[in-house]
Amino acid sequence: MIRIVLPYHLRTLAQVQGEVHLEMEGKVTIAAVLDALEQQYPMLRGTIRHHQSKKRRAFLRFFACEEDYSQQPPETILPEKISSGQEPFLIVGALAGG
Amino acid sequence: MNQVRVLVGTKKGGFILSSDEKRAKWNVSGPHFGGWSIYHMKGSPVDPNRIYVSQTSDWFGQIIQRSDDGGHSWHQPGTPAGEPTTTPDGMPKGESNNFMYDTSPETGKPLTTHQWYDGTQHPWEFKRVWHLEPSLHDPDTVYAGAEDAAIFKTTDGGKSWKELAGLRGHESGSQWCPGAGGMCLHSILLDPQNAQRMYIAISAAGAFRTDDGGQTWKPINRGLKSKYIPNPEAEVGHCVHNIAMHPSRPDVLFMQKHWDIMRSDDAGEMWHKISGNLPTDFGFPIVVHAHEPETIYVVPIKSDSEHYPPDGKLRVYRSRKGTGEWEALSNGLPQENCYVNILRDAMAVDTCDECGIYFGTTGGQVYASADSGDHWQPIVRDLPSVLSVEVQTIR
Repeated sequence: MIRIVLPYHLRTLAQVQGEVHLEMEGKVTIAAVLDALEQQYPMLRGTIRHHQSKKRRAFLRFFACEEDYSQQPPETILPEKISSGQEPFLIVGALAGG
Repeated sequence: MNQVRVLVGTKKGGFILSSDEKRAKWNVSGPHFGGWSIYHMKGSPVDPNRIYVSQTSDWFGQIIQRSDDGGHSWHQPGTPAGEPTTTPDGMPKGESNNFMYDTSPETGKPLTTHQWYDGTQHPWEFKRVWHLEPSLHDPDTVYAGAEDAAIFKTTDGGKSWKELAGLRGHESGSQWCPGAGGMCLHSILLDPQNAQRMYIAISAAGAFRTDDGGQTWKPINRGLKSKYIPNPEAEVGHCVHNIAMHPSRPDVLFMQKHWDIMRSDDAGEMWHKISGNLPTDFGFPIVVHAHEPETIYVVPIKSDSEHYPPDGKLRVYRSRKGTGEWEALSNGLPQENCYVNILRDAMAVDTCDECGIYFGTTGGQVYASADSGDHWQPIVRDLPSVLSVEVQTIR
């Protein structure tokens, strides 16, 4: 099981509370996690990465096991603690202003 | 008795204000989509319970929401949760927030750049939907005006959108440039007497008309003079803030330009100035009375550098002849220390027997007049900054 923490506005959009849990098979890469997330929650398509280019939206960042994965290629394999569900994959809204 | 539903988009959510035809007591529903910028909410003229919403965020992009029950519940049209997002043959299903510029060879003109603030060419980049215009005939058909400027159309209730690329592909496209608010297509007028004819307006490109359902477009800016561009009478490049028409006379158009109030009596072929005795002819919205096609309303703003009413007095101006003779309407509006703005989509009228006029401010007030502008009262005073106001009259 993969655990994902979404920012507040995406939780309301997906109508979920707390963490999102996904069942996945195969390599647990950044892209695979996002594919599975969008499969289960299609309303999130386009909100985390662009529809066509699949590039991460500029004001979002990805973290796993206290490491910043925002700039890593989509095919990057996430740590075992993510694929085993010990640690959550964090999707975080970048702070701006205020 | 008629019901009136005022749809208010704000920087931090959407609100629905409801009343009976007396328009004296109001019920406030919201915030819907709290924390998100709601650029526009508009109901279908065919089915008033069908409401479309443009929900946007700099962080998370564009969302389209839809209600089929008058705003009691909402959903994003498109693939339901848990269902595959592709068809069995691998084609992507409709996505309600997927606004892709059409660069297919069939358009013949896959323009990719427009003029940037510094005069260089800049690629078209989708930012958000500013305006949603539901069809006059079909609740599943809606037009969307986007930033960077383009018009999209859905015929499946918002599940999928397709660009009408002939507009962006117009030969003048590389000369269009963004206004201070971005390069937005903010106004869409549908001709009720000719289903093939539409008008749109873009900041800062100008007004355009199609006579073939959106396949091809023609700039309609003759008569406009904009002293802030190199050629003040250029075919394109004018910062049109809003256009309006009365449904009974779709060839008569009114325009609030960056500066100047303009009028055309020939479907935009030629415009002439009707600013007349206004204290300033800068402003954003312009609307037409529901039952008097020559009566129009604007809200003068001091200047393009200050963006608040002259003298700290909030005044709507009405012209009963659609010409240059204007009267100030201030009864019930703040007449001192008022420094709010009224944005281009934040004014609307109802179609009750006694026409109601409504507008929202950047200070979060929504004002209503149930007597064509003679007297005003605030419906609400403390909403987030108002981006748009639309009205449904439900019979």
